[in-house]
Amino acid sequence: METIFRGKAFKCGDDIDTDQIYHGQYLPLTDPKEMAKHAMEFVPGLENFINEVKPGDMVVAGRNFGCGSSREHAVICLKENGVCCVIAESFARIFYRNAVNLGLALLECPGISQFAETGDSLEVNASSGKVRSLSSGKEIEGHPISGLEREITEAGGLLQFIKK
Amino acid sequence: MGMTITEKIFAAHSGRDSVKPSELVFAKVDLVMGTDVTVPLSVEVFNRMGAKEVFDPKKIALVNDHFVPAKDVKAAGLSKIMREFARKQEIDNYFEVGRSGICHALLPEKGLVLPGDLVVGADSHTCTYGALGAFATGVGSTDMATSWALGENWFRIPPSIKIVYSGKLPEMVGGKDLILYTIGQLGVDGAVYCSLEFTGEVVRQLPLSDRFTICNMAIEAGAKGGIMEADEKVTDYVTERSTREFTIYESDEDASYLKTYEFDVSDLEPQVASPYLPSNVKPISEVEPIKIDQVVIGSCTNGHLEDFRNAAQILKGKKVHRDVRLIVIPSTQLILQEMISEGLIQVFIEAGAVISPPTCGPCIGGHMGVLAENEVGLYTTNRNFKGRNGHPTSRVYLCSPVVAAASAIKGVITDPRKL
Repeated sequence: METIFRGKAFKCGDDIDTDQIYHGQYLPLTDPKEMAKHAMEFVPGLENFINEVKPGDMVVAGRNFGCGSSREHAVICLKENGVCCVIAESFARIFYRNAVNLGLALLECPGISQFAETGDSLEVNASSGKVRSLSSGKEIEGHPISGLEREITEAGGLLQFIKK
Repeated sequence: MGMTITEKIFAAHSGRDSVKPSELVFAKVDLVMGTDVTVPLSVEVFNRMGAKEVFDPKKIALVNDHFVPAKDVKAAGLSKIMREFARKQEIDNYFEVGRSGICHALLPEKGLVLPGDLVVGADSHTCTYGALGAFATGVGSTDMATSWALGENWFRIPPSIKIVYSGKLPEMVGGKDLILYTIGQLGVDGAVYCSLEFTGEVVRQLPLSDRFTICNMAIEAGAKGGIMEADEKVTDYVTERSTREFTIYESDEDASYLKTYEFDVSDLEPQVASPYLPSNVKPISEVEPIKIDQVVIGSCTNGHLEDFRNAAQILKGKKVHRDVRLIVIPSTQLILQEMISEGLIQVFIEAGAVISPPTCGPCIGGHMGVLAENEVGLYTTNRNFKGRNGHPTSRVYLCSPVVAAASAIKGVITDPRKL
């Protein structure tokens, strides 16, 4: 199965922690629609994220995206805004695991932060790891997710995977 | 090829003779821990799975700590969901306000984690329990829900990184300084996906409280877990609290490590992490004297009895600077009780501090001391990412309890050895 995404990029820097993706003060919220309103609120340069993001868009990040707390809200708030995948230089472990478990596609792609800017249209082949900029025509290759993690993501998340 | 402590624990819990880094295993867990902020999402997933009963109510712990006593109506709702789930599933290790504490101090105190255990917790600082020779790792709410239902989960065996501390720790330098220094050296992603194994003569001399502090912050270097070999101090501690059998694992001499760091700590100064990264660490002589508005002594990192003893020694007979608010947060009710009987609470109150009930509160910018615009905090907590502790323009420095106490008196970041 080939999974291809096309969408607009929202770019952030290195070491974006889960407090910046979804701040601790909103942890009392349990409705994903409410959570979505606070996505990326504390991320420098993306303060307007929730007003601009459209279903199918993607997040481009630097190193260690999603470091910090274990809160799954950080994945839920992105998914609920229609973010189809996150491409990063590297991911923090718990965020990575939560994204897999919730079926949010991830692509580890060294060099991506030099390759794309906010507003670029990207085409991502999550199966091969190839990223093409529809804005510049350039291409870059990441490490596609594999093994059990890929099976879980492609099933739509751990819950769907277990049910299968 | 030999195995590390971490590999031996995973092998034992997945029914194998041996495992290797990056191998995938399904492993049985000894304890699944959740808190008021992560349990409600898990309950929803658990119900959506169609699960009816948890795999073993005795192996589940539910702790009120993040927003308690309930900071608002929504937070009250979180605890309510957790309370009802605990009743329905007959989970005895549900810890109610007044009998609870910060999860990572409470669970060891209650004897719920033993050497050789495999623990998952829906809180990133679950790695704290590695100080007891258990492998413990933070997971999200979906992982917690599936672990509740199945009693096992999938794991990739993490490669191990060995951290060896040698030399003799100077006065006023302890576990917090060791781990801050280490994170400064490794970086916030220096140990991503790895298990950090802390060892060396210095570790063996440290009290358990300092060992918990070190393992607690393994996640701040990105690690999956932090772990130490259990020694006599650990077996004394756990046998006082539990009758359950346990296994002590040691790393084999020929075990393989991704990397080994050796740090001679004989000349280590107190360490301070500046905003906005826990890895932005410098010796205190390069940081002082920055003006501060609020000091917090507490959290799952530094809310142990020993931490307050150390801080009280500095504050005894002194006053908190008029421009500073000092918030003291014992991690558990038992610690609070011991602080009262040792006279520590008296010391803090006479100095002009406020005592908070056990809670994560200000560490997550939740309640009990949130920072205003442009305010500067000096905290014994574990993270100082942008906006974590309050307004996005606020700035937090991380340090040990003795640095926090000395600085609260002076109103600026101060080396306690200079008081």
